[in-house]
Amino acid sequence: MEYIIIIISAIFVNNIVLAQFLGVCPFLGVSNKVSTSFGMAGAVTFVMVLATMVTYLIYTYILVKLGIAFMQTITYILVIAALVQMVEIILKKISQPLYQALGIFLPLITTNCAVLGVTLLVIKKHYNLLEGVVYSAATAIGFGLALVILAGIREQLDLLNVPKGMKGAPISLITAGILALAFMGFSGIVR
Amino acid sequence: MIMSLTFIALGASAALGFVYEITKRPIELTKLNKKLEAIKAVVPSFDNNPDQEMFKLPTGEGDSLEVFPAKINNEIIGYAVRTSTQKGFSGYIGIMVGFSPDGTIINTNVLEQKETPGLGTKMTEPSFKDQFNGKNPDNFKLRVKKDGGEVDAITAATITSRAFCDALERAYNTLKKGGLI
Amino acid sequence: MSLAKQFTKGFFRENPILVLLIGMCPTLATTTSAINGLGMGIATTFVLTSSNVVISLLAKYIPDKVRIPSFIVVIASFVTIVDLVMQAYVPGLYETLGIFIPLIVVNCIVLARAEAFASKNKLLPSFLDGLGMGLGFTMALGILGTIREILGSGSVFGYKFIKGDGILVFILAPGAFIALGYLIAFINKVRKA
Repeated sequence: MEYIIIIISAIFVNNIVLAQFLGVCPFLGVSNKVSTSFGMAGAVTFVMVLATMVTYLIYTYILVKLGIAFMQTITYILVIAALVQMVEIILKKISQPLYQALGIFLPLITTNCAVLGVTLLVIKKHYNLLEGVVYSAATAIGFGLALVILAGIREQLDLLNVPKGMKGAPISLITAGILALAFMGFSGIVR
Repeated sequence: MIMSLTFIALGASAALGFVYEITKRPIELTKLNKKLEAIKAVVPSFDNNPDQEMFKLPTGEGDSLEVFPAKINNEIIGYAVRTSTQKGFSGYIGIMVGFSPDGTIINTNVLEQKETPGLGTKMTEPSFKDQFNGKNPDNFKLRVKKDGGEVDAITAATITSRAFCDALERAYNTLKKGGLI
Repeated sequence: MSLAKQFTKGFFRENPILVLLIGMCPTLATTTSAINGLGMGIATTFVLTSSNVVISLLAKYIPDKVRIPSFIVVIASFVTIVDLVMQAYVPGLYETLGIFIPLIVVNCIVLARAEAFASKNKLLPSFLDGLGMGLGFTMALGILGTIREILGSGSVFGYKFIKGDGILVFILAPGAFIALGYLIAFINKVRKA
């Protein structure tokens, strides 16, 4: 039951992009096409879950033990950067099709604040390892959901006659705003 | 290559360690002050250090609440209880509530909340929270009027109002179970 | 480019948020009021300026292959310093900005300026570039924060000028997206005119 609450809350109620504003850059950047947004969502899910596990273990068994929890930010960002590199190299070696699907998104993920954000939030919310993994997977799904929905809407918007000044970022932001409004309807379902 | 990386990492950690040492005391002090401020706001003035005399009281629901006794000349004049609830509209709400030794609520102070701005956040305003002051939950039913109690709920934020009552009730029941009031 | 231009380009012509459209996350999340927006802007300006200065000094000695990791270490150190100092001396603001303080590390503006400018330029231009970009960022956050505060709570810098509530949606998440969308549309219009 507890896990279901974490999952629903992370996907709908506290959607990482639409309610917590993490990962807005890729959200606006790669939401031109539904197919690319699926690729990005996949890559983010993969890295986010892996990063949560690794950073959680490092935090609990190294940083806290040594009493240097204040080094959290600097350690996490290095772990994430190294992890992204490793995933890229391994994918290239073992699975060409997967690499071709996710490869171009991987370098973008290091500076995706959603990944660092989630790893920090897992510690802040006092989750244990399993809860943290469930939370990060659900958050990534929420990210993917928002991304795919926005991409779908933007594909339609391309066919419409948008006022000149509104083209590009402004209309995407306003669309995202209306989307966020819709997602607010979910608040209050988890109690 | 490895040399320069090591060098940068060493320099960075040295700088951080230095700043950490400088800011350690002020950070602890601000945290302590914040707690003492919250206690001062909910009980009459005291001459002991409630933080040092803090003890934990089991709620009977598997967790425990922090109780800060306020004393004058070693005589208890009130208890500040750090209570909480998960039933808020957006989950967790943390409240410091002061009780006099007979169980009357002296004052309340919301410490942590993430309720909807403009609706649920009104629970921090006197128009809502002051209605509890001077009431004893023994004869003052801690339920919103819609649920048959005596509390005026915030318009359009019944869930937040219910959660607030829930947190207060938990604090009261815990003190009662502990035999303090 | 003259030094004065290095300094002022971040204000309008290359404003990171309104024109280059980078660093959106803190922009949307911390602008619930003018004060919060400015606080975040100043914290970012500090990190941006100091990391630009340090990187412009170190760039010569860093081999190309480990350039990015080294930059990240420098930036993350300054972010941690800001984090600790704010926690000690402005705890109220620190609590409101919360997780977005450590997240300055992944603010694309900081790494972008380090990579594109500071690593190729001398100390003084890098300092001015960082300061100018930071102030441009702060300005955009301040404007957005003020707009959202006026519409959402009916107040400016905490001083209320209406009774009751504003249009609440502007302090909530959807209002952030919508307000920023219209602000950028407005800037586009002005730039093209």
